Amino acid sequence: MSKRLIMGNEAIAFGAMKAGVRLVAGYPGTPSSEVLETIAKNNDGSIHVEWSANEKAAMEVAGAAAYAGARVLVTMKQMGLNVAADPLMCLNYVGVKGGMVVLTADDPGPISSQTEQDTRHFAQFAKMMAFDPSSPAEAYEMVQDAFEYSEKYGEPVFMRPTTRICHGYQTVEIDGEINTKEAEGFEKDPKWVIFPKLSYNNHIELEKKLIGMQKDLDGYRFNRVTGSGTKGIICSGVGYEYVKEILGDREDIKIFKVATANPFPEGLAQEFLEGVEEVLAVEELDPVLEKAITYTAGKHQIPVKVYGKLTGTVANAGELSTDLVKESLCQFLGETLSPSIPAAGEANVGNICDTPLSPLRGQLPRRGSQVSELQPPELPERPPVLCPGCPHRGAFYAVKLAMKGKKTRYCGDIGCYTLGNAAPLDMVDTCLCMGAGLTMAQGFAHVEEDVYSFGFIGDSTFFASGLHGVANAVYNNANITIVILDNSTTAMTGHQPHPGTGRTMMKEFTAAIDPEMVLKGLGVKTVVTADPLDLKASVETVKRVAEEDGVKAIIFKSPCIAITKPAPKKVINEETCIQCRTCIRELGCPAIVLREGKVVIEEALCFGCGLCEAVCPVGAIGKPGGEDHE
Amino acid sequence: MNRNYLLCGVGGQGTVLAAKIIAEAAIARGEEVKTTETIGMAQRGGPVTSFVRTGRDIHSPIIPLGAADAILGFEPGEAVRNLPYLKPGGTVVVNSKAQMPVTAALTGSDYNGKEMIEYLQKCGVRVIIVDGEKLCRECGSEKVLNVILLGAAIRSGAVDITEEEAEKALLSRLPEKLHELNRKALKLGMRGTI
Repeated sequence: MSKRLIMGNEAIAFGAMKAGVRLVAGYPGTPSSEVLETIAKNNDGSIHVEWSANEKAAMEVAGAAAYAGARVLVTMKQMGLNVAADPLMCLNYVGVKGGMVVLTADDPGPISSQTEQDTRHFAQFAKMMAFDPSSPAEAYEMVQDAFEYSEKYGEPVFMRPTTRICHGYQTVEIDGEINTKEAEGFEKDPKWVIFPKLSYNNHIELEKKLIGMQKDLDGYRFNRVTGSGTKGIICSGVGYEYVKEILGDREDIKIFKVATANPFPEGLAQEFLEGVEEVLAVEELDPVLEKAITYTAGKHQIPVKVYGKLTGTVANAGELSTDLVKESLCQFLGETLSPSIPAAGEANVGNICDTPLSPLRGQLPRRGSQVSELQPPELPERPPVLCPGCPHRGAFYAVKLAMKGKKTRYCGDIGCYTLGNAAPLDMVDTCLCMGAGLTMAQGFAHVEEDVYSFGFIGDSTFFASGLHGVANAVYNNANITIVILDNSTTAMTGHQPHPGTGRTMMKEFTAAIDPEMVLKGLGVKTVVTADPLDLKASVETVKRVAEEDGVKAIIFKSPCIAITKPAPKKVINEETCIQCRTCIRELGCPAIVLREGKVVIEEALCFGCGLCEAVCPVGAIGKPGGEDHE
Repeated sequence: MNRNYLLCGVGGQGTVLAAKIIAEAAIARGEEVKTTETIGMAQRGGPVTSFVRTGRDIHSPIIPLGAADAILGFEPGEAVRNLPYLKPGGTVVVNSKAQMPVTAALTGSDYNGKEMIEYLQKCGVRVIIVDGEKLCRECGSEKVLNVILLGAAIRSGAVDITEEEAEKALLSRLPEKLHELNRKALKLGMRGTI
C-alpha cells in the first residue's frame, strides 16, 4: 500500500483493475479520457484495452464481453453517451453476466463540452444504478462496488464522476493490484436475443430489480446521514465536499450525502427527513436530488420545504464552488458563515456571502479582490485559439481566400478545429455535435442552391461519426465540399490514436485506414489531398474542387504540432516590415504580437509553419539572418 | 498547517508541473494534498489555473476566494485575474513577461503587463517580480519558466517547501537528460529574485 497523489480518473482506473476488469473500451472525451489511458499504461497484458471508433462501438464490444462473463468498463464523456444510447437502452433490458460499468464523465461549466447534460437523468431513463463519487479516494472504492452491484443484479451500472472528481488529484492509498478475471465463456441462450416478448418479461423483472436495488442502496456504505436539527442539506459529488468545506464538523445541521442518484435511497431519505423542516439541495447540473427528496416527502406526507435550483437558492447552471455554495448556505441558514479551515478562515470572516459570480468562468467576481479596494486595470480577454503553427489555420485560411466574395456555408465539427470560429478566421458557421458538419452542410445545400456548402471534419471525428454522413451525401447527391482536417491524431482530448493512425491504444501496429480510400470507396469521385501549410497550392485546390458538382472532398493533411518537431522559427525583418499588420489581421496566430506598437514574432511561441511568410505583402518575414524571402 | 497555492498562466506555460512538484513535496512530508486544474478547451492559449491545497481535512479541491497563501502568476494579467483568491497578507510571485492574447493583437492593444504589475504593487500585498524571460534565456530554455518561478516562490517563503524538497520532487518527475537544466533553473529562480 502506498499513498500517492493521483487523479480521479486514475483512481477509477486502478479501482477497475483491482476489481478484475478484463476488457476496457471507450472513446476519448474530456474529462473522461485518462481512465482508459491509465489502464493501458499499467496493463500487464491481461486486459484488452481499446479506443473504439466511437462510443456506440465501445458499448457493443464491451456488452458482448460482459455476456461472456468478463468484467468490462466502457468510458466516455456525457455527450458520447448519446452516441452509445442505442445499445445501452437495450443492454439494460437484456442484462449482463459479467460486471459492466459504464463510466460517463459529466462536465459542469461546461468546461469542455457542448452542454451541461446530466447523466443521472440517463440513469433514471435507462433504469440503471448510478454511482456518484465525491472525491478521487471515494471513486477508487466506488468503482469496485459498482462491479459487484452490476453482477449482483445482472445489469450494467453507471459510474458518473464530474470534472472536479475526474481531474482532481488527491492522496489515495493504492495497492496497484491487477486481478484480471478471465471470462467464464458465453452460453448460448435465447435470453441474449432481444424480442418484444423478452422485453416485456424483462421489463417486469427490471422494475422488480429496481425495488431491490433501492432497498440495497439504503444501506450502501457511501450513502449516509449525519448531524441533527431542523435544517437539512442533501448533497452529492463535489457539492458534498463544498458543503463540508464550509460547515466542517458542525453537528447542528443534518447532512444527507447521496452517492447513488439512481435508484434514490428512499428509505434513508425518510430517515433524513425525520424532524427536518427545511432542506437545501446542493448538487451540480440538474436538480435531480432536489426533485427526488421533494417526491419522497410528498409520497410519505412529510411536511418539509425544499430549496435548491428550483427555488433559485442554488445556481442552476455552471459549476459550483465553495464560494457559490456558501452563498446558498448563508441564505438557507440565515447566518454569516466562516469556513472551517483555519488557513482560509482568517480571510473569509465577514461578508463573502455577496460574491455572486464563480471566478472559474474566467471572470473576476464582481466584488473584486479582498486584498484591495483598488479597481484592477482592464484585463485582456483570453479565449482559446488554434496553437501557433496549427495546420488547421492554414486549411481554414486557404478555404477563406479561395471562396472570397462567394456565398458560403461553413459547417464545423467537434475538435480543436471548432476554434476556427474565432476572429480573424471566422470560419465556423455551425457546430452541433460529432459528425454534424458533413450532414448539416447537406441541409444547406438542398435548400439554398446558390451557396457553396462546406463540411469540415477532423480525422478522428471522421472515423467516429463521419462515414454515414459521406454515404448520405453521395446517396442523396448533395452538392457539398467535404474538408477533412487530418492532423493524424485526436488532438483536443490529448492525442489519442484512432483508426487512421496505424497504432492501437496498446501501441500495436495495425492497418491505418486511409480517409482517401474511404471517401472513394463511399462513392466520392473527386478526392484531393493538399498540404495546408502550402497556402498557394491549397487555395488553388479549393478553388478548383469547390466548383465541381455533387460531393467532392479535400483532405488537408499535416500533423498536429504536438506530435511533430518545429521548423526553424520565423522572424520579422524590421527594416522591410511596413507595419501593415496583415499577418495579425489575417491569421490571428498567437505567436505574432505587438511590442511597443511594432509587430514581432514571439520566439518562444513560433513553430515555423511559415503561413505568415506567405501572407506578408512585402516579404518581411523569413528565417533569422534574412537571407531568404525567395 | 493548511496551505493553499494558486498557480495561473496561459496554456502551455507549465503551471501543471509546478503544481505537482509542490504537491509531491508536501506528500513527502506526510501531508494530505488535493489539487485540481483547468485542462481541455482552456489549454489552447486560454487561461489556466491550478489549485494546490496541502495539510489535513481538505474538502474542496478548489481554493475558496480570499484563501490562497500565495499566487504564482506565470503571466501578469493572469495574476491579476486571480487576485480575488489571495488572502490578505498573501504573496504574489509574478513573471513580468506578458503574453499578448490574439484578441489584443487584433485590436492593436498595447498590452504588455506593466499596468498589471503596477496594479499588484499598489494593492498592498507582497509582490515578488521575476524576470522570467531573462532567466529563461540564461538557462537556455523557454520551458523552465515554471521551475524558475517555483524557485523564486520558495526563496521568498511564499511556498512552504525547501529547495531540497522541491528538487527531489522535480527530478523524480523528469527524465534524467532534463535534470541538469532543471536543477539550474531552480537555482536561478532561488537567486534571481529582483
